[in-house]
Amino acid sequence: MGQEVSLDVSSHLHPAGSFDLADHPVPTGMEEIWRFTPLKRLRGLHDSAPFVDGAVAVKVEASPDVVVEHLAADAAVRGISGLVPTDRISARAWDAATGVTVVRIPTEVVAAGPTVVRHIGSGSDTASAAHTVIVAEKFSRATVVLDFEGSATLADNVEILLDDGAELTVVSLQDWADDAVHQSTQHARVGRDATLKHVSVSFGGDLVRHDATAEFSGPGGSVEMLGMYFADEGQHIEHRLFVDHTAPRTKSNVVYKGALQGQGAHTVWIGNVLIRKIAEGIETYEENRNLVLTDGCRADSVPNLEIETGEIEGAGHASATGRFDDEQLFYLRSRGIEEFEARRLVVHGFFHDLIRRIGVESLESKLAETVEAELSKNVLKAL
Amino acid sequence: MATLEIKDLHVSVDTEDGPKEILKGVNLTIRDGETHAIMGPNGSGKSTLAYSIAGHPKYHVTSGSVTLDGIDVLAMTVDERARAGLFLAMQYPVEVPGVSVTNFLRTAKTAIDGEAPKLRTWVKEVNAAMDRVKMDTAFATRNVNEGFSGGEKKRHEIVQLELLDPKVAVLDETDSGLDIDALKIVSEGVNRFKQNGDKGVLLITHYTRILRYITPDFVHVFVNGQVAEEGGPELADELEANGYDRFVSAAV
Ligand SMILES: Nc1ncnc2c1ncn2[C@@H]1O[C@H](COP(=O)(O)OP(=O)(O)O)[C@@H](O)[C@H]1O
Ligand SMILES: [Mg+2]
Repeated sequence: MGQEVSLDVSSHLHPAGSFDLADHPVPTGMEEIWRFTPLKRLRGLHDSAPFVDGAVAVKVEASPDVVVEHLAADAAVRGISGLVPTDRISARAWDAATGVTVVRIPTEVVAAGPTVVRHIGSGSDTASAAHTVIVAEKFSRATVVLDFEGSATLADNVEILLDDGAELTVVSLQDWADDAVHQSTQHARVGRDATLKHVSVSFGGDLVRHDATAEFSGPGGSVEMLGMYFADEGQHIEHRLFVDHTAPRTKSNVVYKGALQGQGAHTVWIGNVLIRKIAEGIETYEENRNLVLTDGCRADSVPNLEIETGEIEGAGHASATGRFDDEQLFYLRSRGIEEFEARRLVVHGFFHDLIRRIGVESLESKLAETVEAELSKNVLKAL
Repeated sequence: MATLEIKDLHVSVDTEDGPKEILKGVNLTIRDGETHAIMGPNGSGKSTLAYSIAGHPKYHVTSGSVTLDGIDVLAMTVDERARAGLFLAMQYPVEVPGVSVTNFLRTAKTAIDGEAPKLRTWVKEVNAAMDRVKMDTAFATRNVNEGFSGGEKKRHEIVQLELLDPKVAVLDETDSGLDIDALKIVSEGVNRFKQNGDKGVLLITHYTRILRYITPDFVHVFVNGQVAEEGGPELADELEANGYDRFVSAAV
C-alpha cells in the first residue's frame, strides 16, 4: 500500500519521463508543468519548430587535467545520468541533438582550474539543440561552467554524473542577449558520498526556462542548488527544481534568490523535494527569496515538499517575496546615504551572501558587476 | 554652531482606524552646546519625536515646524537631514543583510563629507572609534547589525556618532538594555562627542540612570505627546524619587 502511495506522489511531483515524442503531446498551457510559461514566446520549441545546426557554437576552455570530447549523438555516454525527458522540449532536444559534448574529470583528479563550456548563439531565427554530459569520476574534484551567451533559440539537455566521493561544482550561466529563448534540462545523479554544487544564474534572455533535477545513486550524497536571477522588463525567467531523495542519509540544500524590475518582469521558482520511503536520515532545506524593485513585476514561488518517511533528520522550506525594506532604506538614508545609493547597497546585500556561497572566485566579481549593470538599467533611473 | 528648533509639532501615524495623532504640539529649542534630556513613560511619543526629526516616512507632520539654524528641516529628505548635520541613534538599530559595517561606514562618511575619506587614515579612525567603545574590530567585516546583541547595536550607533560627527544628535533610548559597563562606555562616547565642539544633544530616555554619566542642561518631562514640564537636572531627581505618576495623572 505504501508503495502505491509513493508512486502516486512521485508522479504528482514529476511526470513520468519518456524518450518517445509521442508520449509528449504539444502542451496547451493548462498542464501543471506549463501553467506559468508563456508558450507563445517559446518560438515553437514546445511544438514542432525545426532544429537546425550552426546557430549555436560550442567552445570549451578546459582545465588541462580534464578530458573533453565531442562525440556523435549515438555515443553510449548519452543517458548515463538517468535523464529521461519529462517534457516535450527536452524530448525534442534529445532527438534533435546531432552531437554530444562530454566533459570527464578522471578518477582522483583535482582539476587545476574551472572548465568552461561556452554556448555562443549567433541568431535566434532558427531553433538549436544541444547535449552535454559531465562525468566526475571517483574522488575527483572540479568546477565546470556552462556559459550561454549571444542570441539563440536553444533547447538543451545536460547530464551530470558524480561517481562515489566526487566533488563537483556546475555553474550554468544564462548570460544571453535580450532576444534569446532557452530551455535547459539538467539532470544529476549523485553517487555515494559525492557532493554536487549546482548553480544557476539567469540574467539575460527573453524567456529562460531552467529545469534542474537531482537524484542519488547511493547513501551519503549531498546536493546544494544555488540560484540567482535578475528579471527586467518583459523577461520571463523560470527555474524548476526537483531533488529526489532516493537514498538514505543524503542531503539537499536549495537557495535561490531573484530580483525583478520593470513592467512584465516575471519569475517563477518551483522547488520540489521528494523524500522517498527508503531515504531515511536525510536532511533537506529549500529557500526562495525575491526582491521586487518596481511595480508591474510578478514573482511566483512554489516550494513543495513531499515526505514518505518519518525517519528524517530535518526538512524545511521558506519562500518570501517582498519589496525594499523601508526600515533598511531609512536607516541607511538617516546616515546621509542618498536614496539611490541606499537601494544599491540593499540589492547588493541581498545577493552578497549567495555570491559568496557560489564560491567560484572567477565568477564573484562578474556576478557583482552584472547586478550593478542590471541596477543601473532601471532602479536608479526610476528615481 | 547649531540650533534645532521645534515649534508646535503635531505628528500622526496611519492606523487601521485612520490617522492617529501622537505628537500634540511639541515645543523645544536646543542651542549650541546644550544637552536636553527628554524623559517620559512608554508610549508617550518619544520615539515618534525622534523619528519625526529624522524624517521617517511612517510619521506625518500635520502642523508645526522643525528648523536647524533657521532652515526648514521638514522640507528635506531623510538623507538631506543627515547631511545637514542631524543624527539619530535609534532605539532599535536596523539590520542590513549583506552590507558590511566597513562598507556602510565608508559610504555614510562619503555621503556626509561629500568626498571619500582618505583610505589609510580612515581605517585607523574606524578602528580607533570601535576600540573606544570596546567593540572588537572584527565587527567591521560583519553585516550591519546582523546578529549583534542589543548592547553591540548601541555601541555601533555611538561609533557612527563619533565618525559622522553631526551638529545635533538625537539619542533614542541609547541607554535601554545596557548593563552598567556598557552604559558607561556609551555615555563616555556621547561626552566625547559633546566636547568635540558646540554640539546639541537630545537625550531621550526612560530612566534617570544615564543622567549620572551625561549631565543634562535641561530636563523635559514628556507625557501624552507633549512636554508636560521643564526644568534643570533637579527635575530628573524628582522623577527618580517619585516616577511619572504626577505628570501622567495631570495629563489625563
Ligand atoms: N503605526 C502605529 N499605529 C498605531 N499606533 C502607533 C503606531 N506607531 C506608534 N503608535 C503609538 O504611538 C504612541 C507613541 O509611541 P512611541 O513614540 O514609540 O512612544 P515611546 O517611544 O515614548 O515609547 C504609542 O502609544 C504607540 O502605540
Ligand atoms: Mg521609544
